[in-house]
This record gives sequence, structure tokens and C-alpha cells, in this order.
Amino acid sequence: MKKTFKHCQSLYDLPTHYCPGCGHGIAHRLVAEVVQELGIREKTIGIAPVGCAVVAYDYWNFDCSEAAHGRALAVATAIKRVHPRNIVFTYQGDGDLAAIGTNETIHAANRGENLSVVFINNAVYGMTGGQLAPTTLLGQKTSTSIEGREKKAHGYPLKISEMLALLPGVCYIERVSLHSPPEVLKAKRAIKQAFENQIHNLGFSLVEILSPCPTYWGLAPKESLDWIRDVMQKEFPLGRIK
Amino acid sequence: MAKIIINQDRCKGCFLCVNFCPKGLIKKSVKLNKQGLNFAEFSRRGNLNKGGIPPKAGDLTDCIGCMQCVVICPDCCIEVDK
Ligand code: SF4
Ligand code: SF4
Repeated sequence: MKKTFKHCQSLYDLPTHYCPGCGHGIAHRLVAEVVQELGIREKTIGIAPVGCAVVAYDYWNFDCSEAAHGRALAVATAIKRVHPRNIVFTYQGDGDLAAIGTNETIHAANRGENLSVVFINNAVYGMTGGQLAPTTLLGQKTSTSIEGREKKAHGYPLKISEMLALLPGVCYIERVSLHSPPEVLKAKRAIKQAFENQIHNLGFSLVEILSPCPTYWGLAPKESLDWIRDVMQKEFPLGRIK
Repeated sequence: MAKIIINQDRCKGCFLCVNFCPKGLIKKSVKLNKQGLNFAEFSRRGNLNKGGIPPKAGDLTDCIGCMQCVVICPDCCIEVDK
């Protein structure tokens, strides 16, 4: 008998601190598998965000740096410019990339920095207690919108991927999801594409991953995946944006 | 014929694998693991009403090695032997 799945070298064989059913575990594995398959483990530098994935560097077996909240793309810009032969990517949540880090995100994209971004969109602030994020859906209940997000008070869900797609420095944007095994495999292909673009010096690539947060959605793990499929996907349609 | 091995002590009991196994081969345990959680358990014979590709005659398990459980597990708890 042949083992068809083993921990790849780019991922430490460790339990994670994530809640049961959290999409971060899947996304970490996909990033590690892509790095391994492209044979770039020795020259990859990941930038961990602030958010639930703040200690992502504990799980990946390649070089990583931490950034202040929202500033991952500024740190990544510096590292990539000093080490242009290394492969530099950021891994950021929606509170990081689309709220406090909007500035860094838009300008890094507009400068066309040759970076890859893995953007985890779970429509809430997970680490700090499930508050309303810019990406929270209208009507979605969070700890700071207990009646549900209301457009007059909180505005609309921010579609940062569509916004970035307008910028000429951006070469690739795709939105994928983790709501079923086939979708997980598509997400992996998109992450691989983003890394390959960087290897070929094509510019700024971003993969937005709709990822479940069962804890702050107040749903069981499987129900969270169904919620992405039935509800979240309508607001954030899947597919290649640029 | 395939078989999966679940790292029961690492399993967080999200039961995504239970939901996605097309053969109904993974079940929630009655026992608790060292985290104090019910974990996912593999059974050789599944719920054949769930469809999927039928096992070949003489197979020791109903598992078709489709890897859906591996792909969806957020905690890398599952290995497949094919
Ligand atoms: S998907 Fe993984 S963590 Fe969840 S119940 Fe199955 S083996 Fe356990
Ligand atoms: S490999 Fe496929 S058939 Fe076998 S246990 Fe996993 S999901 Fe079920």
C-alpha cells in the first residue's frame, strides 16, 4: 500500500490552534503544498498577518516574517525589493487586508509589486471576538451588529478584489472558496497560479478565499460550508476577476 | 481497495470528513480523545445508499480512496493508503 497523503515538508506536523472546522487549516495546507510542488521552499518568505493566523509562521516550514496589523504588504514590498530572487507572499485576513491595511493593499497593488497575496475572507474579525468587518454581509449578525449589518449604519460589504482588479499593476485576481473538496482543489490551483505569476515576474497577484468561521458565524462546521455555498457566494461571486 | 488512517488525538471533531465521504465510511466516535472531543472514526463498511463508485468484489473495505476526506480536513488528520 502506498501512502497517498502525507504531511508535506513545507508544513510542520503539528496541531493548529484554530477552531474545529476553521478554513485557515485548509488554506495553510494548500499554501504549503503549492510551495512544495513548485520546489521553492528554500527561497520562499511568507508574511504572517495579525488576526487568527498571526502565528501562521509556527506551522510553515519556510522563512516567515510577522507584520504589524494590516502592514503585511508594506513589509512584503521591502523584502521583495531587497531580495528580488526570493518568492514573497502575504497571508492576510479580511480585517487585516481590507480594513486596517486597505491603504497598504491598494498601494502595493497599484505599484504592481511582484508579490502573491493569499486573502482569507471570512466576513468577520475572528481573533478579536467576531466583530463586524468590512466584508460582513448585509443582515449578517456579528458581535457589533447584533441586529445584523445594516447598510445605513455600516455601509456595504467591501469588494476589495473587484476594486484592485481596476489597477493596471495587478496581473491576476481570482476568488475561490473552501466549501467542498472540489472547491478546495480549485483554490489550490489559484494559489499556485499566483505563485507562478511571481516566479515569472508578472506583477501583483491575489487569491481571495471564502473561508468558514464556524465559531463567529454561530454555525456548525458543515453548515458554515453550506452558508458559503448558498449565501456568501452570492455577494462574493467565485471565479477569475482579472 | 483503500483505507484511511485518522490521527484521532489531533482530530477536532468538526466532522467535515463525515459529511463529505461519498460512501459514509466515517463516523463520529462514542469515545473521547485526549482533547476530550468525539473524533472521526473509519469503518470498513459504509452506508451503501450514499452512492459513489461501488467497491470491486473482494475489496476489504468500501473506501474508494477518493481523498475527499483528506482534502477537506482542516487539521491534516487523515492519511489514505491505496
Ligand atoms: S475533518 Fe479532520 S478534524 Fe474534522 S472530524 Fe474529520 S478527521 Fe477530525
Ligand atoms: S478516501 Fe473517499 S471513500 Fe475513503 S474514507 Fe475518504 S472520503 Fe471516504
